[in-house]
Amino acid sequence: MRRAWVSVLIGLVVVAAGVALASLRVNPYVYFAGYVILQYVVIATAWNILGGYGGYVNFGTPAFFALGAYTAVVLIQLMKAPLPVLIVAGGLVSALLGLGIGYLTLRLRGTFFSIATLALSVVLQTMIINWEYVGGSRGISVIRPSGPPFGNYVVFLFTVMLALAVGAVLVARFIERSWIGRGLAALRDNEEAAECMGVPTLRLKLFATTISGFLLGVAGAPFPYYVTFVVPDSAFALDYAVNALAMPMIGGTTSWMGPVIGAVLVGTAQQLATVTISSDLNLLIVGVVLVAFVVLAPEGILGLVRRLRAP
Amino acid sequence: MTRTRVLIAVAVATLVVIAAAALVPVARAADPIKLGFGMALTGGLSANGKPALLAVEIWKDDVNKKGGLLGRPVQLVYYDDQTNPSTVPGIYTKLLDVDKVDLIISGYGTNLIAPLMPIAMERKLTLMGMFGLANNEKYQYPNYFQIQPAGPDPQTSTAIGFFELAAKQNPKPQTVAIVGADAEYPQNALVGARELIKRYGFKTVYDKTYPPSTVDYTPIVRAIKATNPDIVFVASYPPDSVGMLRAAHEVGLQPKIFGGGMVGLMFTTVMTSMGSLLNGVVNYDFWAPEPPFLAIAGVKDFLKEYQARAEKAGVDPLGYYLPPYSYALVQVLGQAVEATKGLDQQKIADYIRANEFNTIVGKVKFGKNGEWAKGRTLMVQYQKISGNSIDQFRGPGKKVVLYPDEFKSGNIIYPYAAALK
Amino acid sequence: MFSWDLLANAVVAGVLLGGFYAAVSLGIGLIFGLLDIANIAQPAFLILGAYAAYVMNSAYGLDPILAGIAFTPVFYLLGAVVYRVYYGSFERRGQESLRGLVFFFGILFIIEVSLSRKFGVDYRLVQAGYIGKSIDLGGIGISFRYLVPCLVGVAMTLALYLFLARTFYGRAIMAVSQDQAALRLMGADPIRIKTIAFGIGIAAASLAGALLIMIAPVIPSTDRDYIGRMFAITVLGGMGSIGGTLVAAVILGVVESIMATFFGPSWSLAVSFGILLAALAVRPSGLFGR
Repeated sequence: MRRAWVSVLIGLVVVAAGVALASLRVNPYVYFAGYVILQYVVIATAWNILGGYGGYVNFGTPAFFALGAYTAVVLIQLMKAPLPVLIVAGGLVSALLGLGIGYLTLRLRGTFFSIATLALSVVLQTMIINWEYVGGSRGISVIRPSGPPFGNYVVFLFTVMLALAVGAVLVARFIERSWIGRGLAALRDNEEAAECMGVPTLRLKLFATTISGFLLGVAGAPFPYYVTFVVPDSAFALDYAVNALAMPMIGGTTSWMGPVIGAVLVGTAQQLATVTISSDLNLLIVGVVLVAFVVLAPEGILGLVRRLRAP
Repeated sequence: MTRTRVLIAVAVATLVVIAAAALVPVARAADPIKLGFGMALTGGLSANGKPALLAVEIWKDDVNKKGGLLGRPVQLVYYDDQTNPSTVPGIYTKLLDVDKVDLIISGYGTNLIAPLMPIAMERKLTLMGMFGLANNEKYQYPNYFQIQPAGPDPQTSTAIGFFELAAKQNPKPQTVAIVGADAEYPQNALVGARELIKRYGFKTVYDKTYPPSTVDYTPIVRAIKATNPDIVFVASYPPDSVGMLRAAHEVGLQPKIFGGGMVGLMFTTVMTSMGSLLNGVVNYDFWAPEPPFLAIAGVKDFLKEYQARAEKAGVDPLGYYLPPYSYALVQVLGQAVEATKGLDQQKIADYIRANEFNTIVGKVKFGKNGEWAKGRTLMVQYQKISGNSIDQFRGPGKKVVLYPDEFKSGNIIYPYAAALK
Repeated sequence: MFSWDLLANAVVAGVLLGGFYAAVSLGIGLIFGLLDIANIAQPAFLILGAYAAYVMNSAYGLDPILAGIAFTPVFYLLGAVVYRVYYGSFERRGQESLRGLVFFFGILFIIEVSLSRKFGVDYRLVQAGYIGKSIDLGGIGISFRYLVPCLVGVAMTLALYLFLARTFYGRAIMAVSQDQAALRLMGADPIRIKTIAFGIGIAAASLAGALLIMIAPVIPSTDRDYIGRMFAITVLGGMGSIGGTLVAAVILGVVESIMATFFGPSWSLAVSFGILLAALAVRPSGLFGR
């Protein structure tokens, strides 16, 4: 228990450092780029709870992320809801989606869950395109509220996303070390054996899908205010699908540290590449590195480090 | 063991190289004026984004040959926005705060201009918009100016020529079928079409949309044919434009007038592969190689330069759609900078708002919300196309301008079936 | 507005479309249905086949179907290589579920992005003499653009069915999907058999891709529209049943066609997903599954 409190304390220190950075108002570009990287920390951590801990691959990350973003859009249009409400609502709706998809497919093999998530993004995108209230295919402009803390809304979003990233990591760490994490590891290694030993596999899987969905929705909820113009193609971008996979796989899937390492490394490289080399190439590089890691170093950077340390 | 070490070394080396490349300062020439922008060089809109960039580069070279702006050379600083609106805030923040550009223009397309509006407004910049529909309607920012000649009523601008031409025919056609893709531009065009149908007193017999991933257009076209319409108005993006037109030929759909808002038909690759299937289609356009346009000063030289460079750049080889307007966009900005003798954003904006400009696409004057004071969306008809060679499209005669009157270069072949012979 | 004529046309168009969808799904029916390998990169190979046909057609004027057939050996080899990598890295170590899926996703991604770097995002089409013509049978129009792919799709299905039922390697593939150990005892190498099967599955994608580009122009991201359709057809038809694939494909084609004609095409993409989910929920073994 003491360890849990120590980690929460460390998390608070990190957030405080972020707030200090925000009040310093260094070059604004840092906050824009930093927001995207922190967003990926949340996404990668969320994906890993189901994928790394549980062994169930979710290819439909864009669907959950975009659902969080569009829930926020609806609430902004309806009642100009404040940011905390948007975040919680976005998370809950995506959690429901996770629960629903999980319930329909997790009683079968994991492959069917993955295939269903693959098709999920396309279908959800079609539904959003047909929904005029959120702008449909034309997209919708969102005006940021005035008078934000730190004087600049993006700087404020940066600190919010930092807090969310810390929160997501704490959640992942807690799950990892609890009986839930152990149960997930058991069913990842051999689901039938785990069942025989009395592990409540279905409930654990549904729990993991729901939490993963919740965090993905939380990552998506501030998106409308960051980008001020939400259009289905960009909310459902393929980048989210491949990065959500690549970052944990490159960092390492067995611990909460892996997604963080992967998100910071890959995210930073991508931000740099956007403003230096052609950006199509940068996505291709992510794909190649992903395949290379999956084939050659399946345990990611964490695994490599572990192998280097132990003789 | 060695294999993992090699992997780590490669990963670290790659990151170091990328970081170094980003941090090394670029050598600067004699105090240039920097024009910054994002542009769709990859992704869905790159087919137009890349030619637009080429046109801006040609303008930069033309200006620098004559001594630059305000006596200083012009330098372009641009990044690929990947046709993804979420990259825009980051790109323009980098341009303004790190690269410290003096002037900005937008990327190509409504979706890429939209996220730029709050940034431009916050920093009180003059924003030249490259082909966006109704971006300023919500904000009403006075320093925004848009080069697509849609005019003050963007939703009806696509269809108005089409329905006006239809209404002029004798006997007047009665029934209309409208159909469009589930996407931004077509949806706007359909809204406008519905309004115009009411205005001209036509009767709607079919009004449906389809998802852009549709493979099979035959059921749609068959359903339209079953309603026996006199007029068929289609608002579509390139793949569906091709699919609808092909299906129409196969099913034998022959209304009295066909076409309207079909994006893509004017792209060179589509024109050459569709060939004579285009004959008779009455479609919107912004530019055509017809005498009224070719006569405008400067455009022939521009096209010559563009076509010479286009082949190597792997872009649309003729450049008869967006490039002249991209060039005109930066012409306006450049002329305003020279006239106000400086880089004061507010003075530049005030100048642009108050004056008429001579550009290679003709006289340009901006009005409400930064759109053209008077709309100039053309209606053209494809006529007498045979075979698939590109050369027949180089000069006048195959894409005749029917509307508006001041740019008319030929007469409509009516009904549609007559043009198919 | 309803009319029997419209319905008849919609059904016929749907059947033709179904024949084409069968061609598209044969590869996955073999690889996922029989070998139980979740190759989600299959749509990318489909698009790769479409582009191969495009290149041959625009450079040499080669008929797209001939181009598709000509490329089958190349794609067969490609499939064999991919399978060997997959086997060596994942299947042998028993880690196919997570890592294998990610591996295929990476392949899908690399193929799609490479195609868009090489060919850009302009729509590509092919020309052939019979595209654009149609015949009229008593009020029902049939266009060659759909008829030819349908016929080829049915032929492919028949050929694969006969291969699996009558030839040695075909029966070995059926055997390997049922009981690998027994097959080994009978003297055949299951890995080699699976390599052959995977290669055939990818080769089928090459030909189906050529059919795809005959029907409609393609861009690199067209593959995403087919992910749902492919797997819906395989699951609905029943894992391991080639005949089931054809039946399910026709059902999907007809339902999509009727939805498009009478209710507007906006929701036809959701049709395949709905069918997939319904099949998984109600009868996961499909119509003809084992």
